[in-house]
Amino acid sequence: MAALTIEGVAKRFGAVAALDDVSLTVADGEFVAVLGPSGCGKSTLLRVIAGFERPERGSVSFGERIVSNGALHVAPEDRQIGMVFQSYALWPHMTVAENIGYPLRVRKLAARDVGREVDAALAAVGLTGYAERRPAQLSGGQRQRVALARCLAMKARIVLLDEPLANLDVHLRARMLAEIAAFRELSKATLIYVTHDQAEALGVADRVAVMSGGRIRQVAPPAALYRTPQDGVVSRFVGPGAVARGQVTQTFANGHSTVALFGREWEVRSAPGQTAGDVEVCIRPEDLAIVGEGRGFAARVARVLYQGGRSVVEASPAADPETTLSLSVDSGTATGIGRTVHLALVDGWVIPE
Amino acid sequence: MSGALALPWTGARRGERVAFVLLLALVGLLALVPIARLAQEAIAPHGVFDPAVFAGVLESPTVWRAARNTIVVAIGGTALSLALGTSFALLVTLTDIRAKKALVFSFMMPLMIAPQVTALAWINLLGPNSTLLRAVGLAPAPGSPHPLYGAAGIALLLGIEQAPVVFLAVRAGLRALPRDLVEAAQASGARPWRIVGTIVLPLAMPSVAAGAMLAFVGCIGNFGIPAFLGIPAGFTVLVTLIYQRLAGFGTGVLSEVAALSLLLALIALGGLLLNGWLGRRKDVRVAALATAAPAWSLGRARPIAEGVCWFALFFVLALPFAALAATALVPAIGVALGPKTATLANFHFVLFDYAATRRAFLNSASLAAGAAVVLVMLSVPLGYSLAGRPPGVRQVVGFVAELPYALPGVVLAIAMILCLLRPLPIVGFSLYSTIWIILVAYLSRFLLLALRPVTNALRQIDPSLDEAARMSGARFARRVATVIMPMIAPSAVAGGMLVFMMAFNELTVSALLWSAGSETVGVVLFSLEQAGDAVSAAAVAVIAVLVTLALMLIANAFASRTARGVLPWQP
Repeated sequence: MAALTIEGVAKRFGAVAALDDVSLTVADGEFVAVLGPSGCGKSTLLRVIAGFERPERGSVSFGERIVSNGALHVAPEDRQIGMVFQSYALWPHMTVAENIGYPLRVRKLAARDVGREVDAALAAVGLTGYAERRPAQLSGGQRQRVALARCLAMKARIVLLDEPLANLDVHLRARMLAEIAAFRELSKATLIYVTHDQAEALGVADRVAVMSGGRIRQVAPPAALYRTPQDGVVSRFVGPGAVARGQVTQTFANGHSTVALFGREWEVRSAPGQTAGDVEVCIRPEDLAIVGEGRGFAARVARVLYQGGRSVVEASPAADPETTLSLSVDSGTATGIGRTVHLALVDGWVIPE
Repeated sequence: MSGALALPWTGARRGERVAFVLLLALVGLLALVPIARLAQEAIAPHGVFDPAVFAGVLESPTVWRAARNTIVVAIGGTALSLALGTSFALLVTLTDIRAKKALVFSFMMPLMIAPQVTALAWINLLGPNSTLLRAVGLAPAPGSPHPLYGAAGIALLLGIEQAPVVFLAVRAGLRALPRDLVEAAQASGARPWRIVGTIVLPLAMPSVAAGAMLAFVGCIGNFGIPAFLGIPAGFTVLVTLIYQRLAGFGTGVLSEVAALSLLLALIALGGLLLNGWLGRRKDVRVAALATAAPAWSLGRARPIAEGVCWFALFFVLALPFAALAATALVPAIGVALGPKTATLANFHFVLFDYAATRRAFLNSASLAAGAAVVLVMLSVPLGYSLAGRPPGVRQVVGFVAELPYALPGVVLAIAMILCLLRPLPIVGFSLYSTIWIILVAYLSRFLLLALRPVTNALRQIDPSLDEAARMSGARFARRVATVIMPMIAPSAVAGGMLVFMMAFNELTVSALLWSAGSETVGVVLFSLEQAGDAVSAAAVAVIAVLVTLALMLIANAFASRTARGVLPWQP
């Protein structure tokens, strides 16, 4: 059964539509990342789920229970969901143990039970022995673990994470991402993770919802999002690569099409029911290969970015100089700027619509 | 994201909305209703519009003379406070002058000490009866008029008292000055003096002007100084005119004094609105990067600047209060102070033997403590539930809470009499001529002093700390008690101490509201001075100064934990 159902939610701030007819269904125990550039409405969506913002239209339900619709709005304090804030929101006047135990004390749990739950949560995040510390005495990573322990102790079925890694050093992020995954295993909670960093979103989530301009553009597992973006916005925002204009000349029943691109015809993947005509084609770096003259199309190398063993080559096709393709090559074979290379399309994806 | 706590209307539960409406109603009752009642009494005394009383007041030559005097001394006081406050602010914020903490603390003292105490100290310093001047043979001849009586003396003391107000405003403006603008001028080759003249002062001008307006309003409403230095010389300002009319003719002339108060309130309100307008213009600049102001080296001029500062403080602060203490220590006026004559008898007399002063200390301490406790308890939930409201709501409530503090105290006192003279509905008795009317008036007058530190502190709290408590299931009252209160407690308590300090030393409001048995420290000080008991008056004043000083030092002890800007004398 769905843990969280959002249906047709809309929210405006003045003239700006922060959320515009947003719908999303999240299964019990699922880990969904909400990905988008700043100002796309992802934080507003999180605050609507938490109850800090009341949607103007649409509804939000936890399981069977409606928490927001036109007539009703359950206050945040009555929603029983956990939240990890960007700043972690640890109360500076309480110890680590008091921070973690706070939701339990609010629910009038007996002191002994609070102590037991707090100890268990501290052990789970590897902070046993830190119970009497103050938040100010902890490192950034430890603070995040306390915030996670607080959600763990309150046994929240839904946990919202608002850019939890944004305040951490780069080298800490990978480790903390792993801890969030471990937290998920332990709590079995449904996780909604808001971020603008696609590496975080694609790396840990079961599904990723890409938002832009207050709308959800696509919700799909990371691989599907990467291989089959549903529109140009998703294609440009998620993953490297380029979007080029071409024409579908022929379609096949097996989900492939022939497209005319850069002066030649290529066979690429496409959605079932794709019709012939002008289209956009998503070309990832691994969809391109360097070939001998006469077997591909000519392109002029505009930039070479050395990245250790491999280099990223950016090149513009002679037939379409406005488009910048990128491909990854062995650094030994990288050519110089201004040289002409010949490229072939070994794969690609016709963006639907 | 704004820095304010998020408590949207929609997310709030019904209980806290009810609480908010009740708190707003209380603020309205304390601050808005009395002033509206005053305006009504002045222009529509019997419920119908009747400008006759107001027009009659405006026709009286006495009123015109008092109004002219008011504006003359206010302009003089403002000019002096502007010169003192601005130059001190420039010196403290922009240079490497030493002992800034002690300098600022001392400079703020005249604002924290009650004006009537300051006036009494100066009277004791420079008058023919000056114990101090007699000791060195410099006292004016006996029987000669006191040199401070009249317009010039009043303007001098008003200027000294209001200089800290200008200082605070200008310092805030200088601190908000984007540092790169100054550095760009330095890179252009400009010398410090030129930068101050062409960059710093023009950019800080809205703050300077706002400080001047506040000082002007403060000068207009001051009672203690013109009462001590004007009344004996027959020099009347509007505030003392209202006092004399009401003291002389009783509540029968209420309509007339209400009209006078309205006139005074309108002059003050003009200044306040101008100040608000200037403040909004200033905000545009504050939006730029907050900065540490440059600390220009004064070089060889530093000892000179420090010497001038400390000498000025010695003259306006140490000398008058030494004179006051000297008078308090002699058995009677005219007795020279020496090891043989010095006595603590006056202190013993006012603290233990004389019923009126003993009662006054108790009354003032109880009133001040009561007002501080009630206002802190009111301000925390009010400030918290205000924090999440739309800016418009916050501004309106802020303005309403500011009215009784910024308007002259006599205006508030007359308004309170008008509201509380008749028996209260339901309970059926009148608070007038009891001590309770003073408490109500204090709650109204000092609400702002308690509320401002709370809103300051709340603004500096990460809103997610409150949201995390909501996600934990904590409701309004619980969040206030377990999350908000502990974090803002130092600031809230500091606000309470400010209330106590101001209420303990208060004279303007209680001078019009006191009755036998409910005298305050300010009132007995005034009565003793008018009755010519200079030594007892000095003893009362010295005790008041010591209490103020002690409270300032106690508040300092936890200053590091209060939000920035809560204690005005903190650097």
